[in-house]
Amino acid sequence: MSTTNVGADDAPWVDGNALAGPLGEVMGTDLTVAELTCAGCRTSRPLAAMRVFDRTPGLVARCPGCEDVVMRVVRTADRVLVDLRGSLLLSLPVPTS
Amino acid sequence: MALITRGFGGRRRDDPNLPPGQYRTDDFPVLSAGPTPRISLDDWELAVVTESGERSTWSWAEFTALPADEPTVDIHCVTHWSKFGTRWRGVSLDTLLADVETAAEYVVAHSYGGYTTNIPLEDLLDGQAWVAYEFDGEPLVPAHGGPARLLVPHLYFWKSAKWLRALELRLDDEPGFWETAGYHNYGDPWREQRYQAD
Repeated sequence: MSTTNVGADDAPWVDGNALAGPLGEVMGTDLTVAELTCAGCRTSRPLAAMRVFDRTPGLVARCPGCEDVVMRVVRTADRVLVDLRGSLLLSLPVPTS
Repeated sequence: MALITRGFGGRRRDDPNLPPGQYRTDDFPVLSAGPTPRISLDDWELAVVTESGERSTWSWAEFTALPADEPTVDIHCVTHWSKFGTRWRGVSLDTLLADVETAAEYVVAHSYGGYTTNIPLEDLLDGQAWVAYEFDGEPLVPAHGGPARLLVPHLYFWKSAKWLRALELRLDDEPGFWETAGYHNYGDPWREQRYQAD
C-alpha cells in the first residue's frame, strides 16, 4: 500500500487494500479478493484497484476510471458502517476448504 | 519505571476553549474525500437555489465585491483536532441570503467535486457562517477549499464544505455525504456529536 499522487494540492490516496482491514474485521473474510462493479461507469475491478482516500473522517473508495465514490466505510464507537450505493455489484469467490 | 505527571491530561481538560475529546494543533491538517477540484475563477460561480427553484448567482467578481467580514474563529474537526484563532475573510451568509425569499428551514451545501453536507438554516444566519475566500491574509488554496469554502465554526468542520458551489434551501432536511454514512446529522463539537448515535 503506498501513497501515489502526492502533489502540492493533491489529496493523497492509497490502494484498495486499505479497505481490507476494517472490512475483514467485521465481515470475517478476506475482501482483497473481491471485485467491485462501479455504478458510475459499470467497470469491474478488484477491490485493491480502488483509490482510497483515507485522510478523511472515514474511508472513501473511488473508481480509478471515473472517480465516482464506490464505497464509504465509517467506524463509529461501536459499529462499522459500509455504504455501497456507488457499487452495482460486490463479487466474492466461494472459499475453498 | 513509568513516570506519570498531571501535565498532559490536566492541561487539555482545563482549556475552556477545547471541546470534549479534542486536542489542540497549530498545524492545519488537510482532509479530503476525493481529488482536489481545480476551478478557474473565470468559470467559478456561487448559486443560492430556493425551495421554489429560484436561483441567485454570483460570479467571482460579483462575489468578492460584496461586503466582507474578517472573522477569527476556533475550528474543530471530527477527527479530534482543534485549531484556535484561525483568521479568514469571507462574505456572511446574512449578506448572501438578505434578498432571498424562502420558507426553508434546511440547507444543503454542494461542492465542486460532488461533496454535500446539510445544515439547519438558522445555524447559518446571525453572524454564524461565511463563504470564506482568504485564510491568514492569503487567497484560500485549493487544498483548504479554495477558491471559496463554507465556514461554520460552531459545528464540526466537515460541515464547512470546501470548494463551495451552491447552497440549496429546502423545506425538508436531506443528510449529506458524511451524514448518510454514519456521522451525526447536526455535529455540535461541544456535545461531542460525532456519530449518529451520539
